[in-house]
Amino acid sequence: MAGGRHRAVGAAAVLALAVAAALTATLTATLTAAVVAAQPAPVANGPRSKVVVGSKYFAESRLLGEIFAQLIEARTDLEVERRLGLAGTEFCFEALRTGAIDVYPEYTGTGWVSLLHESPAPSGSGANPLRELRRRFLDSWDLWWLAPLGFENSFELAVPRELAEREHLRTISDLVQVAPRLRAAFGHEFVEREDGFPGLAATYGLRFASIQAMVHAPKFQAAGERIVDVLDVYTTDSQLVIYDLVVLEDDHGFFPPYEAAPLARGETLKRHPELGTVLGLLAGAIDANLMRSWNLRLQQDLLPVETVAADALAELGLVGDPGSRSQATERTRAPIPSWVWSQRGYLGRLIAQHLVLAGIALLLGVAVALPLALVLVSFAGSWAETAIRAIGTSQTIPSLALLGFLIPLLGVGALPAVVALWIYSIFPILRNAYSGIRDADPQAVEAATALGMTPGQVLRQVRLPLAAPTIMAGIRTAAILSIGTATLAAFIGGGGLGEPIISGVQLVDSRRILLGAIPAALLALIVDWLLGWLEGRLRPSGVGSSIETRS
Amino acid sequence: MRLTTPLVHSRHLPVADLLSQPMTESPRARPTAGSAEPGDHDPMIVIHGLCKVYPNGQAALVDIDLVLERGETLGLIGESGSGKSTLLRILNRLIEPSEGEVTIDGQRHRDLDPIALRRRIGYVPQDGGLLPHWTVGRNVALVPALLGWEAERRAARSQELLDAVGLEPSRYLERLPRSLSGGERQRVALARALAASPDLLLLDEPFGALDAIRRFELQGLFQELRDRYRTTTVLVSHDLAEAWRLSHRVAVLREGRLLQHGEPRTLLEAPAHPYVERLLSYLVPQGAR
Repeated sequence: MAGGRHRAVGAAAVLALAVAAALTATLTATLTAAVVAAQPAPVANGPRSKVVVGSKYFAESRLLGEIFAQLIEARTDLEVERRLGLAGTEFCFEALRTGAIDVYPEYTGTGWVSLLHESPAPSGSGANPLRELRRRFLDSWDLWWLAPLGFENSFELAVPRELAEREHLRTISDLVQVAPRLRAAFGHEFVEREDGFPGLAATYGLRFASIQAMVHAPKFQAAGERIVDVLDVYTTDSQLVIYDLVVLEDDHGFFPPYEAAPLARGETLKRHPELGTVLGLLAGAIDANLMRSWNLRLQQDLLPVETVAADALAELGLVGDPGSRSQATERTRAPIPSWVWSQRGYLGRLIAQHLVLAGIALLLGVAVALPLALVLVSFAGSWAETAIRAIGTSQTIPSLALLGFLIPLLGVGALPAVVALWIYSIFPILRNAYSGIRDADPQAVEAATALGMTPGQVLRQVRLPLAAPTIMAGIRTAAILSIGTATLAAFIGGGGLGEPIISGVQLVDSRRILLGAIPAALLALIVDWLLGWLEGRLRPSGVGSSIETRS
Repeated sequence: MRLTTPLVHSRHLPVADLLSQPMTESPRARPTAGSAEPGDHDPMIVIHGLCKVYPNGQAALVDIDLVLERGETLGLIGESGSGKSTLLRILNRLIEPSEGEVTIDGQRHRDLDPIALRRRIGYVPQDGGLLPHWTVGRNVALVPALLGWEAERRAARSQELLDAVGLEPSRYLERLPRSLSGGERQRVALARALAASPDLLLLDEPFGALDAIRRFELQGLFQELRDRYRTTTVLVSHDLAEAWRLSHRVAVLREGRLLQHGEPRTLLEAPAHPYVERLLSYLVPQGAR
């Protein structure tokens, strides 16, 4: 009995060492990843100080972010890091509040409604909503609303020009009489929000023949084909031009103003006052028509955001030569193969980022899940299933929610993306490794034990080799999962093949979506095939390493 | 409560006498001439007051006393659930008893290192228990390798034993278990169990999964090997004829209790329990046919 206990203690020590080693490896790898991902918090003692510019995922926000970035690069000594295309208001705000980014373009109405969860004082009441908004943000978070850029991007109602002319529609009040004969198509959010259609209907006494809730892009197509008559739009939406829609004036002032302005961290502005000065150059510089024309160049001409931003700054006279304006090149109408070829450098960079994200997450997943499986098989007994089921709940966290939770802890960029992918990869590997090791050919295990193998020898020489195919199957599942989920990294500025997918969805550009989606799918297939090949090589064949002897 | 045997090891018949008198009408149902020279009263394993109660409260073994003579083959028979496999696993310490003790060559079992003990005990389960990812040669050399034998000595021993179990070494050494037939696998398992010249051989229904012809062949092979290596053996079987044919003595277990223990003929002549009598009634007509 005593001998048996000593051996159990010995095995425990070996496993504890293995776990410690794995955790050390994990920690080291995490730190390396952190360094690689270059934590976006500004570093003061570097040769050049750095600011991080963020943006939301939609085209206008990306363009404004890029304009900020190019302007700062051209007119200050600051180094700029771009975290464009974050998943939404909450993501940008959290990233700004926690210092992961220093500035991003925001809209005052969003500040009131989505961040303060209040309605601004009505514009007629004499209060100045911007002044009040500034005060609240300064007091609560030391976040500064810099001077508005000069245009609003509010909710509006729009109708096709032909209908507006026939019915003499100029304001929303004009619409009220004809509305019962018209079909409306609104975004899901607009239909639900109190500051959307319900409030609007109450203010104007508006009633339509039918209301359909639709996502943004198809709504315009439906209007273009005259399947619907009225839709909610944003002021600067380029689709207004493309589909020749007329915006109706909000004559009762129902919609709060959504003035675009840079929202920045006070701490950064104190450290780098030139940042505020240079962004002040944009104050009142951009009107709604200008912004709409730039959006059009992005969405109609499919020009890269960097090009449109450079042209915009030149047009404003802030950077570069005002005469030089990039043309919608032949690339716009180029056949798909040559267009894809022209994107090869970008695509290669995305694939590399994607593989690094998924690969590091997978390695970390293996480094944690395999030792954990060994510990559970050896020591947890009947608790193992419970533990695995508990870990399995990690799988049920929606990926965007998980990314959202990670921003306050880890900021934005590659690090939180890797951590999220890592969390998702643990369960499939653990589940398979645990079952594989536990259920390895029980007769062989019993015979090996009965003939005098130590528990360690049984584990290394019998259980693990026999479980290898099952363990590999778990790793393959995790790999495919990681490659698929890594497309979401682009939502938090982590890069990867999700970038063209997300911007393509926003720009209603299926070529761009496919530029990300097809390589992501191919990557998953290739990696699965490679791991399958590796599994074939690892499958125990019975020849090779010699039997270890017990010392 | 204990139903021990009238004859355990005190006065059993001289070997020649035993062999000259057929126990049953069947030539299959008794050891063949010259096959057995069991105990000159040299107890190797003494089991005393052994009990095993599983954590769920089920009593697998109740107060077992048994003595195993050096060189003898003991047949453990009983239905499934009678405790015979539990007793076998206590002998190589895969299971620890709840009460009582086992001594092996005068040493208390529980004072021995279980790993070292198991390396002295050969073991053949019903399905052979070969390691599926190892070649036949490596399987046979398992215990020699654990004991740290030199490679040449291991190889020579593997060849010798494959020969002994009737498998041509050059054809079988490099093969994997999945390419073998059931009979071949049991031969390899037998070779592996005997490879390091164990003091004790435990067979857990070793021929139970084979068809009748293979079983008969393997039983003959086992007798041959046992006589060559004179290994003390415990054979668990639910096949009465097999136990009768291969064992010098037989122990009948039922619901964890030892009903009777003795030479096959003694059991036939003086069954100590109605269950033993009933059990034997199945055997005799079968042997007489």
